[in-house]
Amino acid sequence: MSATPRTLYDKIWDEHVVRDSGDGACLIYIDRHLVHEVTSPQAFDGLRLNGRKPWSIAANLAVADHNVPTTDRAGGITDPISRTQVDALDSNCAEFGITEFRMNDRRQGIVHVIGPEQGATLPGMTVVCGDSHTSTHGAFGALAFGIGTSEVEHVLATQTLVAKKSRTLRIVVRGQVGPGVTAKDIVLAIIGRIGTAGGTGYAIEFAGEAIAALSMEGRMTVCNMAIEGGARAGLIAVDQTTIDYCKGRPYAPKGETWDRAVAHWRTLHSDDGAVFDSEVVIDAQSIQPQVTWGTSPEMVLPVTASVPDPASVGDAVKRSGMEKALAYMGLQPNQPIESIAIDKVFIGSCTNSRIEDLRAAASVVRGKRKAANVKLALVVPGSGLVKAQAESEGLDRIFTDAGFEWREPGCSMCLAMNADRLEPGERCASTSNRNFEGRQGQGGRTHLVSPAMAAAAGIAGHFVDVRSFV
Amino acid sequence: MRAFTTLTAKVAPLDRPNVDTDAIIPKQYLKSIKRTGFGQFLFDDWRYLDAGDLDIPVASRRPNPDFVLNQPAYRDAQILLSRENFGCGSSREHAVWALDDFGFRAVIASSFADIFYNNSFKTGFLPVALTADVIETLFRELAANPGYTLTIDLPAQRVITPGGLAHAFDIDAFRKDCLIRGLDEIGLTLQHADAIRAYEARRREQAPWLFTNPV
Repeated sequence: MSATPRTLYDKIWDEHVVRDSGDGACLIYIDRHLVHEVTSPQAFDGLRLNGRKPWSIAANLAVADHNVPTTDRAGGITDPISRTQVDALDSNCAEFGITEFRMNDRRQGIVHVIGPEQGATLPGMTVVCGDSHTSTHGAFGALAFGIGTSEVEHVLATQTLVAKKSRTLRIVVRGQVGPGVTAKDIVLAIIGRIGTAGGTGYAIEFAGEAIAALSMEGRMTVCNMAIEGGARAGLIAVDQTTIDYCKGRPYAPKGETWDRAVAHWRTLHSDDGAVFDSEVVIDAQSIQPQVTWGTSPEMVLPVTASVPDPASVGDAVKRSGMEKALAYMGLQPNQPIESIAIDKVFIGSCTNSRIEDLRAAASVVRGKRKAANVKLALVVPGSGLVKAQAESEGLDRIFTDAGFEWREPGCSMCLAMNADRLEPGERCASTSNRNFEGRQGQGGRTHLVSPAMAAAAGIAGHFVDVRSFV
Repeated sequence: MRAFTTLTAKVAPLDRPNVDTDAIIPKQYLKSIKRTGFGQFLFDDWRYLDAGDLDIPVASRRPNPDFVLNQPAYRDAQILLSRENFGCGSSREHAVWALDDFGFRAVIASSFADIFYNNSFKTGFLPVALTADVIETLFRELAANPGYTLTIDLPAQRVITPGGLAHAFDIDAFRKDCLIRGLDEIGLTLQHADAIRAYEARRREQAPWLFTNPV
């Protein structure tokens, strides 16, 4: 044990330094590499071109999630371009011996759902994936971050990455949130406060009573969106909730090794007196259900608020950004958020497709009907195992009885690489993570909300405060 | 990897903050399993008036005449000038490949998202961060001077204006060295293969649970 108090980030970093070149760049070891079909084909090509093999085959776990259809899969993928990409993952994994959950495997799902679900993500690990939402896995007290395709190739070939240590930012959410306020609202409120570049260059540790009170699903939702606050990595200290979640999962250690692991995991928290480069404190009681109104996740307000007026903003760059966002979103300044009518609902994505998310949405929908103006309400579970669990609880029937569609697992309309998408001008209440222009389909308008808020909007036909929605 | 030393080139303005990777290269093009050919789809939603896809020839589409890169004055620009948080959003390296394939060699902005910044170097593409005040000045000069060019001197870490004013920028030593010499990072890392093996042997003792996969 080092005498100097260390942050959680410091502890994991120190354990993974293979070599320190002395100029700030370190070679760090990667324990787990998650692979999906979109960002890996060029990396596998690179290996072949250079006659290289994966350094540690067992460190990799692959799944196709972005391109897969969420409707019946018996006939395979209809879109030939999507099919080619998924076929490429299948053949690359077969060629190099990498474990892959194929499309019709019941364990298939969104890469950031299945890693934790399988116990392939464990506390204290370094976890990377060619996907920015890899920050999700930081919920386990792991150092997890997204990488580009060249780094995917680098990890495959060397099991390491060249990296520079980040600065540390602690975000403390003090006290407990009120009823109807979820992990999604906490993280959206944080992004509203720090901005989408507020965490750039930092690893964020989320702390405080409100974070400690979250389930692992809620913690994953918070860490998932660290990248939306600009931070490649978000982390949460290990506690009993973390350990209970990991126990018994297929990739988790067993027997005496489990006991050794747990003893180590209990040290994975920031020491008293550890120094962070920056700190933000938020009062949990001040957080209300959140709705984004613009084309950046930082453009977010409580559901009780009204769309902001660019005329009231002094800074010219910011004002012009707001004007562009409002024009794209088809909104008027000062319009109450609750008056905004929606066309579609999307409940899913690596942010909010886990069992707890589906339970929260189902509890709002139970016994009600989708509003007539809502053309489509999609519920897309995060994995085949989440889907099976939800069905065993009867959640699928609650959704379908209300006129919501119950689909097969995948990324779906979070980024619309498969057939699920918004048409130009359509407005969506979405539990995903990005409201960028065109994200859910060209010309589509995305409002980010929690699963309960998305469900309530689907029933009411417009945004409503889930706290007073009965 | 292609080396980058100095570049004097025409500058194109993209005057907005938070240019995200979905805007740089929309998702439908990520279905390509190649590393090239993305330039034709760069800023696709802004650049064309109609929707596109990998199997729709761009020649059949309607360019948006108002979009800056469709203006003849900027066709051969190799430096893009933008505002803060450039490249925010996803980890898609395709964003860098698209800028590079279009003909850009560098982006100058007041700040960059981490993953985009990191990805840039892998293609020999240079992201240069200058202060918001300097960026504002460059936008003004560019607007006032058709055919505006800048020189980026990587070894000296300077951006030099036509008027001879030099603006210093930061870059870490390892990245700078790799870029100037066009080094292959994987090859460099594999020179330390013994250190990686030694680390693994140590970790198997300390943390055996990291090596107990059911595969």
